[in-house]
Amino acid sequence: MKADPRGVLTGAHFLDGDHACCEGALAAGCRFVAGYPITPSTEVVERIAARFPTVGGLFVQMEDEIASSIAIQGAVWGGAKAMTVTSGPGFSLMMEHIGLAAMLETPCVFVDVQRGGPSTGLPTLPAQADMMQVRWGSHGDYEIIAYCPNSPQECFDLMIRAFNDAETYRVPVFMMLDECVGHMTEKVLIPEADAIDLVERRLTTAAPGRYRPYETGGAWVPPMAKSGDGHYFHITGLTHDENGYPVMNAQAQEACVRRLVDKIRKNADAIVAIEEDDTADADVVVVSYGITSRVALKAITRARAEGIRVGHLRMVTVWPFPETRIRRLAEAGKAFVLPELNYGQMYLELERVVAGRSRTHLVPHGGGTVHDPEVIYRKIKEAAQ
Amino acid sequence: MKQPEPTASANEPVNPVAAYLRMDRIPHIWCPGCGLGTVVNCLVRALMTCAIPRNDISIVSGIGCTGRVAGYLALDSFHTTHGRAIPFATGLKLANPKLKLVVVSGDGDLFAIGGNHFIHAARRNMDMTVLCVNNFTYGMTGGQVTPTTPLDAIASTTPYGNFEDPFNLPHLAESSGAVYVARWTTLHVRQAVKSIRDAIRKKGFSFVEILSPCPTLYGRRNRLGDGLEMMRQFKEKSVVRNGADTREAGLDFKGGILCGTFIDRERPTFLDRYNETMAERLGHAFTPYGGVL
Amino acid sequence: MAADGKSREPRGRVYIDIEMCKGCGFCIEFCPADVLAFSKAFNAKGYHPPEAVRPDSCTGCGLCGMYCPDFAIFGVLNSTAA
Repeated sequence: MKADPRGVLTGAHFLDGDHACCEGALAAGCRFVAGYPITPSTEVVERIAARFPTVGGLFVQMEDEIASSIAIQGAVWGGAKAMTVTSGPGFSLMMEHIGLAAMLETPCVFVDVQRGGPSTGLPTLPAQADMMQVRWGSHGDYEIIAYCPNSPQECFDLMIRAFNDAETYRVPVFMMLDECVGHMTEKVLIPEADAIDLVERRLTTAAPGRYRPYETGGAWVPPMAKSGDGHYFHITGLTHDENGYPVMNAQAQEACVRRLVDKIRKNADAIVAIEEDDTADADVVVVSYGITSRVALKAITRARAEGIRVGHLRMVTVWPFPETRIRRLAEAGKAFVLPELNYGQMYLELERVVAGRSRTHLVPHGGGTVHDPEVIYRKIKEAAQ
Repeated sequence: MKQPEPTASANEPVNPVAAYLRMDRIPHIWCPGCGLGTVVNCLVRALMTCAIPRNDISIVSGIGCTGRVAGYLALDSFHTTHGRAIPFATGLKLANPKLKLVVVSGDGDLFAIGGNHFIHAARRNMDMTVLCVNNFTYGMTGGQVTPTTPLDAIASTTPYGNFEDPFNLPHLAESSGAVYVARWTTLHVRQAVKSIRDAIRKKGFSFVEILSPCPTLYGRRNRLGDGLEMMRQFKEKSVVRNGADTREAGLDFKGGILCGTFIDRERPTFLDRYNETMAERLGHAFTPYGGVL
Repeated sequence: MAADGKSREPRGRVYIDIEMCKGCGFCIEFCPADVLAFSKAFNAKGYHPPEAVRPDSCTGCGLCGMYCPDFAIFGVLNSTAA
């Protein structure tokens, strides 16, 4: 289905990443946001507070991030597309409810505009140190999808993909910005509404009394319902059967949780989005994401000018991790350089997937600013040896 | 020996509350003498007679013995996380304001971990009914102390006696802005049905506290007897004073149990204020909000 | 037998689901007409369910059903019973 023109601010704009997230959400059909202020994400909800009432949406500033992260789920089960917005400390508070969204299979979007951590850290300065947390932060086994925009334009574009993926797979989907992308102002082109394709929520067609919330009929994802349609369904965060009733034993666990994990793992190739340049004949591949991908470009350009055969693999989705592609490149013997604004988080995945087939090099950075391209360039040279 | 009356069969009347229960999940998990089943009886009777279509009722619960109520009701029901039923209900209500939200949860869930959400929803006058089953304990996890456990009571985490003053829930609810505040016990079944019905029908944040026996844990540790004995104590100690000052509604072992409908007042709801403010500020740019769909 | 000695149809009757009962005693205690008492029999779980020892006194008020935490008993008015 096409986007509702009421929410699409068609035209050429000069927006920062935070503001572009708001417009992306509106274009994607989001009409409910519950949030709590936290630097450097606050501008997202400030714009939302001003824009949503004018397009039939509603924003409520809740009392904390714990309330925000579950209010959006209530709204989803009432029929809305919903989102919340936060940064590191708030993200940590939301972890329990991320697990709830995974267990209930509630489609929803979380925006994390990453800042220096841990704890209060560097509220106004960038980092990329929540990357493992977004994947593993809640307890138990579950899978999520995470996008890493590297520009305000991508904040808009990827937001639409995030909402679409949420509906397709019924998982919480994450927009992992960083303070740099969130606060940089660039041109954002917003197309006409009928050029924007949205995934509509798949609601059950079962007759009243016949809906079983987690019966998939062999598909990966069961159809949803919403309160008020006469299905009288029950859902719970407890391990449950196809009726949605709690069943607490190992067999029920396997039946319930295995699919939550497999629906992403077995469809990873369809979900993964990467951009590759010059990797085919490269000796060294720089793997990057978010703001660091733009900094890395400078180092890569310089290295190429000197004749080093260096390619670039930018992760647009960071989770699921692009295992298939990385493994293929590793088998071809390419060395990897991974710069990131943390002390080695996505690097752990890289090492795991490469599994010693070729050499991997981390360019860590504690955050607070972006890498000096010189440092990445030197690592590329080292990797090319 | 007289034979007991025959059990219900296809040709005979069924339990009047069965239509709103998931009979495929009965018998429930609660102990003999636990008042939760009685509360469910009262809640279902209120729901059946409140003239609100069954479709429009949404039940949200937290974690604990009371939290399991949601799973036994044949309505749209959501068993969420500990302490967070109220914000879930907030989102559900705001997405579809036509829904009637009833939050059913226990004293620990609503007032320890959930305390912050309770006071804010009351402050905002979010249109929902919160039914608190107060058994003075965290039953599901083995009987720990809660913010409503009376002074000196024994609990598994206060083995030498509770030395913290408990909340006075009706007073807390009133102070936070609730428009309807009542307290009953599982003894007062008729009044509870009426009160719950009034609370559900009332626009705004309504709060009904129902004291209930937990004979297995709270009752046993404090030598209060079994469920029936605890009900007899409710009978002996309760005093009904509608309109009483909620400051007098504190509970302890020595004093009486003040019951009644204490508060029934009017305040604009969150959505009333939202629509009013937006219409005033945005004029024609704003269409009154009635839900996302 | 009613108090005035005349035989009358009771106003109501109770239905008891013997196997659901957990012997809490609420219905017996709070029946305003003292219709019920603990049966000497056991159900499968080992509880003594109630029995109507004074069925003629039943008014069909339904309080037993309102109290029962196990949905094991309810009363009906005889005009609605079969």
